[in-house]
Amino acid sequence: MGQILEFTPLLIEGTWMTIKLTVVSAVLALVISFVVGLSRLSSSRSVRVLATIYLEFFRGTSALVQMFFMFYVLPLLGLTLSPFTAGVIACGFNLGSYGSEVVRGAVQSVGKGQHEASTALNYTVYQRYRYVLIPQAVPMMIPPFGNLLIELMKLTAVTSLITIADLTFVAQIIRAQTAMTLEPFLLILVIYFLIASVLVGFTDFVARSIARKRHITLAGVRRS
Amino acid sequence: MANIIEFQNVHKSFGELKVLDDLNLHVEPGEKLALIGPSGSGKTTILRILMTLETLSSGRIIVDGDYLWHEEKGGRLIEASDAHLHKMRNGIGMVFQHFNLFPHLTAVQNIEQPQILVRRTPKIEAREKAMELLGLVGLSDKQNHFPHELSGGQQQRVAIARSLAMDPKIMLFDEVTSALDPELVDEVLNVLRRLAADSDTTMLTVTHEMHFARDFADRVLFFDKGKIVEAGKPEEIFTHPKEERTRNFLSKFITVT
Repeated sequence: MGQILEFTPLLIEGTWMTIKLTVVSAVLALVISFVVGLSRLSSSRSVRVLATIYLEFFRGTSALVQMFFMFYVLPLLGLTLSPFTAGVIACGFNLGSYGSEVVRGAVQSVGKGQHEASTALNYTVYQRYRYVLIPQAVPMMIPPFGNLLIELMKLTAVTSLITIADLTFVAQIIRAQTAMTLEPFLLILVIYFLIASVLVGFTDFVARSIARKRHITLAGVRRS
Repeated sequence: MANIIEFQNVHKSFGELKVLDDLNLHVEPGEKLALIGPSGSGKTTILRILMTLETLSSGRIIVDGDYLWHEEKGGRLIEASDAHLHKMRNGIGMVFQHFNLFPHLTAVQNIEQPQILVRRTPKIEAREKAMELLGLVGLSDKQNHFPHELSGGQQQRVAIARSLAMDPKIMLFDEVTSALDPELVDEVLNVLRRLAADSDTTMLTVTHEMHFARDFADRVLFFDKGKIVEAGKPEEIFTHPKEERTRNFLSKFITVT
């Protein structure tokens, strides 16, 4: 076990890489969630169709294969992506497709009366979404987004297969160099779990801040 | 004086169901109208069509000299564009049965946000006006309460203030006390009585409160099956209704009140 301590710097680097992949992919996934989710509610049929195609494609195919496609096939077509970029795009696009359904569902669940009130006050369509519907939908999105964030963090492990030195990759290196098998994998399981715990705490924090600001209690939010 | 609202041969159907049947209606500026009648008689639909929440099946509506659901282009009358509807809605406000306040905003924010977004009123002025209107409806001390922290009657008074803040020429009140507990009805109706007496805004109210209709209205319209059965001054309608159907309808209320 003491032998594994020699790999501490490498493990730290791997942890840092996993965190970076998670954060950058999460930002990408969040943007995609809103763009695609709101496009699915567009009054333009072609926008809705495009968004649906995107959703069904990324939700319906394997993230691992998508990543291989971007990393190995796109260069053949003249587009070379760095491993990090390919990994982030694969993870972000994938979770973005799930996230878009969260956004669409939450926005659609805001009552008809809110649409009518904003029409009666003569809000434009943009203002209705920006100032009335989305602010009411966001608290409903937080718990499912929290789940997706953890899913995303775990999904980043696949990037080790395209040479990214994340936690999983580091564990493989340790195993190859020391012939230890149990220790490195047990260790990274714990690290993954700790990262997930931080993400859960972050989600709860966001939900609690919204609840406090609006004087409401949100379902599933832990009391502080 | 020119009419501020004119319905010309307006029909409205939901599928097979005829809700408005060849309706003709003229409203003078500043007039206060009470629309009464059995449920499903088309009263609320009139307000919803005026607020552009519901389209009409045929006919014309003129609001303040302009077609509401149509616009003239090259000498022909075509269906109104979104831009035209947006322009027309500027002069019309509506208060709903279920208040429809924005639940994520405080009372004062509910009143100031539409002014800022739609009227482009500077924030300070919008806040001042919101506070003034909260005072008018007797809720100055509730400015930082969220809708869920207010009673139904208080929420409805905030909704009235929110609508007033936009300075509409026409205000529509759609059964504004029907969702309230009985003991909260009067606080809302008293605000409306005062409004009706003090302002020259044209007001249409759909109501089942006959006493209120009598105080509020210059003219009462009794609707049944999508048609105006009888119209006249409140005294006439409530004390000497001419039509059998009006008498029948009103008798149900008199026994209760």
